[in-house]
Amino acid sequence: MTDLRELYQDVIIDHSRNPRNFGKLDAADRITQGNNPLCGDKLTLYLKVDENDLITGVSFEGIGCAISISSASLMTEMLKGKTLRQAEELFQAFHGLIMGEKTPDQDAGLGKLKVLEGVKLFPSRVKCATLAWHMLHAALEKTTQPVSTE
Amino acid sequence: MNGLNDTMTYRVSGSGESGMDVEKVRADFPALHQMVHGKPLVYLDNAASAQKPRIVLDTLQHYYSKEYANVHRGVHYLSEQATQAYELAREKVRAFINAGDTREIVFVRGTTEAINLVAQSYARPGFKAGDEILITTMEHHSNIVPWQLLCEQTGAVLKVAPVNDAGELLLEAFEQCLGPRTRLVAVTHLSNALGTINPVEQIIEMTHAHGARVLVDGAQAVPHLGVDVQALDCDFYAFSGHKLYGPTGIGVLFAKAELLEAMPPYQGGGEMISEVTFEKTTYADIPLKFEAGTPHFVGAIGMGAAIDYVTGIGLDTIAQHEHSLTEYGTQILGEIPGLRIIGTAHHKGSILSFVLEGIHAHDLGTILDQAGVAVRTGHHCAMPVMERFGVPATTRASLALYNTQQELDQLAAAIHEARKIFRL
Repeated sequence: MTDLRELYQDVIIDHSRNPRNFGKLDAADRITQGNNPLCGDKLTLYLKVDENDLITGVSFEGIGCAISISSASLMTEMLKGKTLRQAEELFQAFHGLIMGEKTPDQDAGLGKLKVLEGVKLFPSRVKCATLAWHMLHAALEKTTQPVSTE
Repeated sequence: MNGLNDTMTYRVSGSGESGMDVEKVRADFPALHQMVHGKPLVYLDNAASAQKPRIVLDTLQHYYSKEYANVHRGVHYLSEQATQAYELAREKVRAFINAGDTREIVFVRGTTEAINLVAQSYARPGFKAGDEILITTMEHHSNIVPWQLLCEQTGAVLKVAPVNDAGELLLEAFEQCLGPRTRLVAVTHLSNALGTINPVEQIIEMTHAHGARVLVDGAQAVPHLGVDVQALDCDFYAFSGHKLYGPTGIGVLFAKAELLEAMPPYQGGGEMISEVTFEKTTYADIPLKFEAGTPHFVGAIGMGAAIDYVTGIGLDTIAQHEHSLTEYGTQILGEIPGLRIIGTAHHKGSILSFVLEGIHAHDLGTILDQAGVAVRTGHHCAMPVMERFGVPATTRASLALYNTQQELDQLAAAIHEARKIFRL
């Protein structure tokens, strides 16, 4: 059960119960849908990006498991005030962390996101942790197609 | 091959209400005796697929290693042996569901293929735009999507009969959905997501009174209920081998002979022909007309062994055991704070689908897995059911003849542990 305690840390439980930046963002100029058909997670990500490529607004809404909701919540906390380029770097670093491919210098920017590292021990849950991030990636690329983990 | 040496030995007096010696049954299933994440496996995902008794494994091994050659072809010894065993398996299936004739038993890959076969060979040639196919809210995707494809192809219309909050089909509403344009009703016998057992006898009677045909999806029913297709008077009955303790990749379509005879072939190829020239091909008689290509005959023979196993113990004995387990499971799960069972039909099979307040099914599934408990989490290929009950996903424990009260206690203990991990 130690791995489970590692997976479901206080921060994760807290963010899954009280997700931050939760709800629709009326001013959003990039909206991405995502779903994980395997477990029924469905999220929408809202981004507002100004003319200097700065993320000035971010929120999400939807339903999902503790891992997908907390990951989305933590992600939105990190994104505000970042440039699109920094957001993309964060996506890469987070992806490396969850896939167990992180390098030391990538660690620096991850901050609180490191609580999700335990997911790498549960391969079937990686899709949950990365759903919101793939949606972010799609938003950065301005893809209009919904993101699916399948 | 030595089958079940003495079926009566599975019945012992004073071994619980069902009179079945579960430990003896468990000894027949090698896969049950293993550790998962350091814990003894508790296998409660039987509605997805059941484990195999040794007799099925031995049968597969025997036919591949000793009596293997292609069927319905060679005049040589091995081919004749294999053909005989294959046709004997067909007879076992016939007897198992009490069909009137082995010609009414078509071997297919599984329930899904059986339903697609009916959609494409029975419905597609004759259905017109505006004709109606009636299903229910509780259908598995495999009894929804083939009909949607058919509707796209023919302009037919798919109608859905509703269920109540317990997950029971509303028979009056169902009857109101039947109309002059209804051509076919496709309904599950036992719901995989809710456990509901549908009153298929009444459904068939009502439907026939309206001049339409009925397909029954029996994937979940055959391992648990005695099925008599003649007593039911159903037109089509579909099921899979792998949920019946048999191999994967083999299943059955029962259809009334008159229907099969009138239907064009589903696929073309060898095995299903009588004579081929470039100008004209005549087809084999039923059922071979629907079995193009080399069939999965070893699978069918293995399924025959599974049927022998199940009938050796007795479906009544199995049903009794599973029923008392389901009642016990319903009771102990009901004692867990925040746990709500989805699917509380009065007439119900051994399926316990539930949601737990404060823990998503997927999180619960991971925690149960770490405790060695295998359950299914998600939408169970029945997304419209999830929608109807307003839940994104459920956790489903589905019980089989080899499950025990002790295993249900382990399930409950693991759920309590999950609540602790979630600080509930």
